[in-house]
Amino acid sequence: MIRFVIERFFGMFVTMFFVSIMVFIIMELPPGDYADRYAFRKFSGTGVTVTESDLDNIRAELGLDRPAYQRYFSWIGGILFRFDFGDAFAYETSVNNVLGQRLGLTLAILFSTLIITYLVAIPVGIYAAVHRHSAADYGLTIFSYLGLALPNFLLALILLYISVKYLGSSVGGLFSAEYQDAPWSIAKFVDLLKHLMVPAIVLAWSATAFQIQTVRATMSDEINKLSVTAARARGIPERRLLFKYPARLAINPVVSTMGFDVNRIFSELPIVALVLGLAELGELLIQSYLDLDMFVAGAILLLLTFIIVFMNFLSDIALSFLDPRIKLKG
Amino acid sequence: MMEWNVDTNEKEMGMATAVSNNKLLEVTDLGVTFKTDEGLVRAVDGISFTAHKGKTLGIVGESGSGKSVTAQSIMRLLPNSAMIDEDSSIAFYRDSGPIEITSLDNRSQKMRELRGGDIAMIFQEPMSSFSPVYTIGNQIMEAILQHRNVSKQEAREIAIDMLDKVGIANPAVRVDQYPFELSGGMRQRAMIAVALSTRPSLLIADEPTTALDVTIQAQILELMRGLKDEFDMSIIFITHDLGVIAQVAQEIVVMYLGKAMERGTAKDVLGNPQHPYTVSLLGAIPKLGTLGGRLTPVGGDIPSPLQRPSGCPFHTRCKQKIEGVCDVDPPGITRVSDTHTVYCYLYE
Ligand SMILES: Nc1ncnc2c1ncn2[C@@H]1O[C@H](COP(=O)(O)OP(=O)(O)OP(=O)(O)O)[C@@H](O)[C@H]1O
Ligand SMILES: [Mg+2]
Repeated sequence: MIRFVIERFFGMFVTMFFVSIMVFIIMELPPGDYADRYAFRKFSGTGVTVTESDLDNIRAELGLDRPAYQRYFSWIGGILFRFDFGDAFAYETSVNNVLGQRLGLTLAILFSTLIITYLVAIPVGIYAAVHRHSAADYGLTIFSYLGLALPNFLLALILLYISVKYLGSSVGGLFSAEYQDAPWSIAKFVDLLKHLMVPAIVLAWSATAFQIQTVRATMSDEINKLSVTAARARGIPERRLLFKYPARLAINPVVSTMGFDVNRIFSELPIVALVLGLAELGELLIQSYLDLDMFVAGAILLLLTFIIVFMNFLSDIALSFLDPRIKLKG
Repeated sequence: MMEWNVDTNEKEMGMATAVSNNKLLEVTDLGVTFKTDEGLVRAVDGISFTAHKGKTLGIVGESGSGKSVTAQSIMRLLPNSAMIDEDSSIAFYRDSGPIEITSLDNRSQKMRELRGGDIAMIFQEPMSSFSPVYTIGNQIMEAILQHRNVSKQEAREIAIDMLDKVGIANPAVRVDQYPFELSGGMRQRAMIAVALSTRPSLLIADEPTTALDVTIQAQILELMRGLKDEFDMSIIFITHDLGVIAQVAQEIVVMYLGKAMERGTAKDVLGNPQHPYTVSLLGAIPKLGTLGGRLTPVGGDIPSPLQRPSGCPFHTRCKQKIEGVCDVDPPGITRVSDTHTVYCYLYE
């Protein structure tokens, strides 16, 4: 087991290494460099003529003149050893400062979405499989198709309307104004949950509908396995038996697609965030491309991929607990 | 040879009176119908038999004859689409008194005590009877903890002891292994260990050796024979192979399309077969010692269970069919001797 975890951990490390190189290459891709834009912004309209040597000075000042591999290592070294993602030139502050709250918001939305998805999809899918062809099962199937068909932004607008009109909660951001700088308290936490609710439900909606179907299908297969009948023939109570045997395997596909879910949430988040006026990472990523503020873009790309890779790592570990064949057969 | 007609009331007709108080399980007029999308499937059509204490009862018949459905009825493991006839009876004789299994609730405490406790079952596919995600020990201990009042540690010791008893080497290591680390033969041994770990008085073995190769099959049969005496239990042994039945059973029921075609002691049925179906099944066994002996399987196709033939279900394949008789009304049950009955017009 420990060996398996170490192997996967090492695998994650190697993946991240290649990802970081790719991200760095992407950061290098835009034509012109930051020095051009910096000079343009600083001196345009002032009548000052910027010469090539001025640009060189700016480059030297910003450390842009060194060879690529040196810049890669100082960039990645800063992240690894000082958790410093470099400077956000366009904001004239550090990337860390720019990302701060947005990273928190993105993570909060991500995890509340995942929690809602799994908390709903797993028990409901299991219930539907155990009560196959019942009215509840058919109802859930219809709901699932509806869930898959409804576009996110529409759902976001509907929920936004409902929550503002009937629940009186403001949306946008993580906290209401009065809690923004308040110390942590139950009330602040409740306020946070209120703000997370709408985006999390919107993002969880289609994933839940999809995962209900997955759990239901796997559970239905597993229930009919001979090993389940054999356990029943041993006199094991029905409920215990369902949880011990088929349900344990029915959540396998959900766990193994955790990385996909995260990926999908990240790609859908910007649209939902736009509708709901949330300041999350995706929007900033696009803005930083426009500004050619590549340290910001790089940091966001790196963080988002790291979260996906890390969730994949977690799902591998969780799977190996659920199904021992995985770690023993390699 | 004595022959006479017995009227339809089979309930009265036990085996010889000498053994009748040794009854362990008595099935009377068991009928099972499945509701399917294509229509009603009559899987078991009024069969009766008795398993006696300390004896092995063999149920033999071709595929689709209702052997597994019969076993599932006794264990009450039938799917919801199955209906057991109102007037069917499955009586299990505990020391404390008889229990009518058909009137128990499927999920009742009593049914669960019977399942695995009094009656254990092993299945045809040793590969899939164990869940792949728990160790062998976990699944044996689960049965022990369910039915016997012992601690976890004691259950583990019993599990190891049982693995040893069924001939698995290194039981203390095997107990912590997963099913996929064991061979098919070993898994069937382990399945027997699970079944016997709760000391049941009846073991139902549904084709326990069919999926295994011949040498392993012989070993498992030998093991079951030994354990039956050691544990003082009865076995209902289901197979489609009369050759296997001959090695293990003292009493035999020959089934075809849900009917008991012939019943009797092993000597009666194998030595003095009456029903044309039994005779042709016996013809299908390669005789020991007659190397290269021709295998003559029962000719013709088994009719679809959705279109059961009228009259005697075997008439479509029977070489001795009496035209206008066998295909019209079902025959009665004819008593050949005190222990031997046959379901056929030839003896009426
Ligand atoms: N769940 C079910 N739904 C509908 N029909 C069924 C079901 N289970 C069994 N049957 C039908 O009942 C009949 C008897 O099946 P059963 O499994 O008892 O046969 P068997 O004698 O055990 O045969 P085999 O040697 O193939 O195991 C078959 O015609 C089968 O199609
Ligand atoms: Mg069968």
